Amino acid sequence: MSSIMDEVELLRRIPLFSQIDTNKLKLLVLASERLRYASDQVVMRQGDTGDAAYVIINGKADVVVRSDDDEQVVATLGRNDIIGEIAILCDVPRTATVRATGDLDVLKITKERFIRLLSDFPAVSIGVMRVLADRLARTTHELYSAQAELAARGS
Amino acid sequence: MQDHPSVPDEMEPSLARYIWRHTRAQQVWILFIVLASMPTYFLALDLPKQIVNGPIQGRGFETAETTQTYLTITAPFTDIVLYDGVQLTRTGALALLSAGFLLLVCINGLFKFYINTYKGRLGERMLRRMRYELVDRVLRFPIPQFRKMKAAEVSTMIKDEVEPLGGFIGDAFVLPVFLGGQALTALGFILFQDLWLGMVAAGIVIVQTLFIPRLRRILIKLAKQRQLSARQLSGRVGEIVDGVAAVRTNDTSNWERSEITGRLGKIFLIRYEYYQKKFFIKFINNFLAQVTPFLFYSIGGYLAIRGEINIGQLVAVIAAYKDLPSPVKELIDWDQQRVDVQVKYAQVAEQFSVDAMVDSSLQAPQSEPVPPLTGRIEVANLAVTDDSGAKLIERAAFSADVGEHIGVIGGVNSGAETFVEALARLVPITSGSVQVAGRQLNNLPEAITGRRIAYVGSDGFLAHTSLLDNIIYTLRHAPLRPRPAAEDDDASQARLLAQTETLLSGNTPLDIDDDWIDYESAGVSDMDDLIERVLDLLALVEMDGDIHDFGLLSSVDTERFPELADSILVARARMREKLSDSGLSAHVEPFDPDRYNSEATIAENLFFGRATGKEFLDAGAYAHPYARKILADTGLDEKLFAIGVQIARTMHELFADVSADDPLFDQFDFFRPEDMGLYQAALTRLGEASFAGAPADLRDMFLKLPFLYAEPRHRFGLLDDDLRADIVAARKAFRDNYPEDLAGAIAFYDPAAYNTAASIEDNVIFGRIASGIAEAPERIRALVLEILADLGLDRTIRRAGLYFDVGTAGKRLSQAQRQKVNVARALIKKPDLLLFNRGLAGLDPRTQATLQKRIMDLAAGKQDKPFGLIWVVSQPRMAEDFGRVLVFKDGILIEDGNPQELKKNGGYFARLLH
Repeated sequence: MSSIMDEVELLRRIPLFSQIDTNKLKLLVLASERLRYASDQVVMRQGDTGDAAYVIINGKADVVVRSDDDEQVVATLGRNDIIGEIAILCDVPRTATVRATGDLDVLKITKERFIRLLSDFPAVSIGVMRVLADRLARTTHELYSAQAELAARGS
Repeated sequence: MQDHPSVPDEMEPSLARYIWRHTRAQQVWILFIVLASMPTYFLALDLPKQIVNGPIQGRGFETAETTQTYLTITAPFTDIVLYDGVQLTRTGALALLSAGFLLLVCINGLFKFYINTYKGRLGERMLRRMRYELVDRVLRFPIPQFRKMKAAEVSTMIKDEVEPLGGFIGDAFVLPVFLGGQALTALGFILFQDLWLGMVAAGIVIVQTLFIPRLRRILIKLAKQRQLSARQLSGRVGEIVDGVAAVRTNDTSNWERSEITGRLGKIFLIRYEYYQKKFFIKFINNFLAQVTPFLFYSIGGYLAIRGEINIGQLVAVIAAYKDLPSPVKELIDWDQQRVDVQVKYAQVAEQFSVDAMVDSSLQAPQSEPVPPLTGRIEVANLAVTDDSGAKLIERAAFSADVGEHIGVIGGVNSGAETFVEALARLVPITSGSVQVAGRQLNNLPEAITGRRIAYVGSDGFLAHTSLLDNIIYTLRHAPLRPRPAAEDDDASQARLLAQTETLLSGNTPLDIDDDWIDYESAGVSDMDDLIERVLDLLALVEMDGDIHDFGLLSSVDTERFPELADSILVARARMREKLSDSGLSAHVEPFDPDRYNSEATIAENLFFGRATGKEFLDAGAYAHPYARKILADTGLDEKLFAIGVQIARTMHELFADVSADDPLFDQFDFFRPEDMGLYQAALTRLGEASFAGAPADLRDMFLKLPFLYAEPRHRFGLLDDDLRADIVAARKAFRDNYPEDLAGAIAFYDPAAYNTAASIEDNVIFGRIASGIAEAPERIRALVLEILADLGLDRTIRRAGLYFDVGTAGKRLSQAQRQKVNVARALIKKPDLLLFNRGLAGLDPRTQATLQKRIMDLAAGKQDKPFGLIWVVSQPRMAEDFGRVLVFKDGILIEDGNPQELKKNGGYFARLLH
């Protein structure tokens, strides 16, 4: 059983939370839930409504997007990555399925707490924005190359 | 079958006549006893005077040797001496007279005891009769009457408003006769002494008896208002309770407060005025009573001075008059009470005198089986109008076989629902006729309609009892088998007394403790079969999953299911195997007597069981003397106190800036936000003091905190291995010395025994599901279900689920569940005709279609004998499967025929389908 202080130390090493003072981190620990997933267990499922975001503490997870009958791994996430924030920020269903590959430890933060965190700590907001912007840049880039590839095939 | 006492249709408007009719003989008897008690009563009044005058003051005992004769008995009205009596000295006489006095006191006491008990019993019997008759009337009210009455008002009338009548009934006739006699005697004596003074006294009494009732009329009016406003108040309170959802969701609680305040204010004013008037009348009354002696003193004195009457006469008159006011006053008080109860009674009688009550012969109990209903339903010229005169159905004509399957279509207010309600006799027919099997529907006894016809409406009302009882309710028409004979003499005596009293109060002799369940019409032979049938029907309405859950989450009544506990233990063992086989052992931390269960709270670890009484429930457990003793003996109190201080410090440190409404507080059920200030002050007061040095109140405050602390939930990191070992040691001490008188307070965890306080599911798991493992609860649940199914326990668990308590008006069930239960209870009595009035409206369309199909299959005779259906569908499409449809529009039956043909013909039905 890990006590509150161990968990605070753990959270402090996550870049997103590095700016938060100890006391607030303790509250974050109390308000969140540590969960362990075994290999192949699903953390969230595409299309479900989202009520929490997750921060990976240990292990790896695949992000899988399903379209019709086809499944595609679009990304693999690891330690310190944040998942599930889109659904709770935009009130949309989960945009992808996240599945553990090997043992996976996550910190589950409820929607309400997550939003409170963003409004209390500009640094966390900026961190989350950075993650989202990164993803957008990457997606744009991929979209661009996919379109180029399509155009190349079509011609 | 015993005779059913019939309650007259008309309520007797006069209370006096009502009482006289039912208690004539008893009233005469009690009067006789009262009169019989009079001689000893007057003797007891007279004797003290004799004692004082004779032996004490020594009159007649002038010397020590003088004796007097006592106890001489002469034959009445003659001088013949039957017994010469005894000669007694002064002390002897004192002893005899004192002993006589004591004897008279005893006799009078016994008379009083007998009279009061007799009167009380008489009153209670009448009260019982009256209440029974009122309820009987409610059961026979025409249905529309219930739209005008508030349940709370009816119950307050039956319960509260007739209550004072019980106390009055015993005195209804005896008191006026007795007091009137006393008053007349005194008056006669005065008249005898002096005609003129006597006439003056009589005149005043006459003025009193004429004048006071006049004044009282206004009191009667106020009393009526008082009663009415109090009844309306209880009606309103009932409305608030029933409509609390509307109050809470519309922020109207203050409107309700103000509404109630207004009513209370009105009641206050009425009562205040009532008291003013009442005491004013009392004042007048007392004044008139005092006017007479004034006249005696002034006029009588004047006459005496003038020498027209002698002084001795005047003194005798004044002395006699002293005895007059008391009976007159009591008589007036009695009359006041009479007026009060008469008003109460009349008000109630008025409310319960309703036209068109169901004839009591239609509800006569019938224990013989009722033959099946066959033949035709003939509806001619049927018209139904509502209270306001609006036509709900006009000129409907229809003829069908009882066994036909008919779909009824029509939107809201089309008449479709009214039509089926009229067939169920839930709305009165305004004109036209409805015949079933050759008889007017209105004249059919309820024994036929209630057993051979079933009705399912959309408002599934259930009684506050178990699910099972609610379903078999429809089989309880008459007592069919007497309950087993009483086990001993006392019990059979008690039973006999109960029966006699029931008859004397005119209540129904049908015994609620007999076996009323009509197994035969349900097509089963005993309770076991019946339960199987109930389970089948619940499966038919897709409720088997729900009752399975009820069963899993209920604790087994081991008396009812003696083998289940053992099977659950097998399941528990298998659970352990399965967990380790599938590598899920870490998912559950089992209850092990020798180990601390880290998922459980400190309290649960200490007591190692589940609280069943209040003693060790939740945080309050710290205060129990036995718990305190064990904590002190094992030295754990000091350690837990230290933990409590740490908890308070940590809470203070962490939550100082957190707002009180933060949901974070929710997980600290032992520490409310409002405690923050208290504990901050306590910490300051405590300073560095240890447990030994802390004042008692601080000890309590801090000792209480750790009880509900569980490490995985609260994560303060306060427990170390030593403390865990100490708690396990204290657990053993707690268990070993557990006092017998606390036996019901805790159901201890025992790996080898079924825990009676825990649910079936918890008993199988027998441990706590580990936190921090994703989906652990779901996986464990699935495993429990799998194991129980493998052991073949599903049926038994469902049986256990049948004892689920449905709550007031069935509110612990969802609307859909209530409707399903209503369908099941309609089907269990195997009706010949099922009237179905949007009875599945709360269900999703898919389930509605499935259930309709299943019930139609059942009605077609696929499993059992076929029966007829008249079914109001919620979607026109759902009527296509019926052999015949009736289409209603604006109160008129516009189409009647085979759905396929109607579809082809392109009428209204065809249009509804598109």
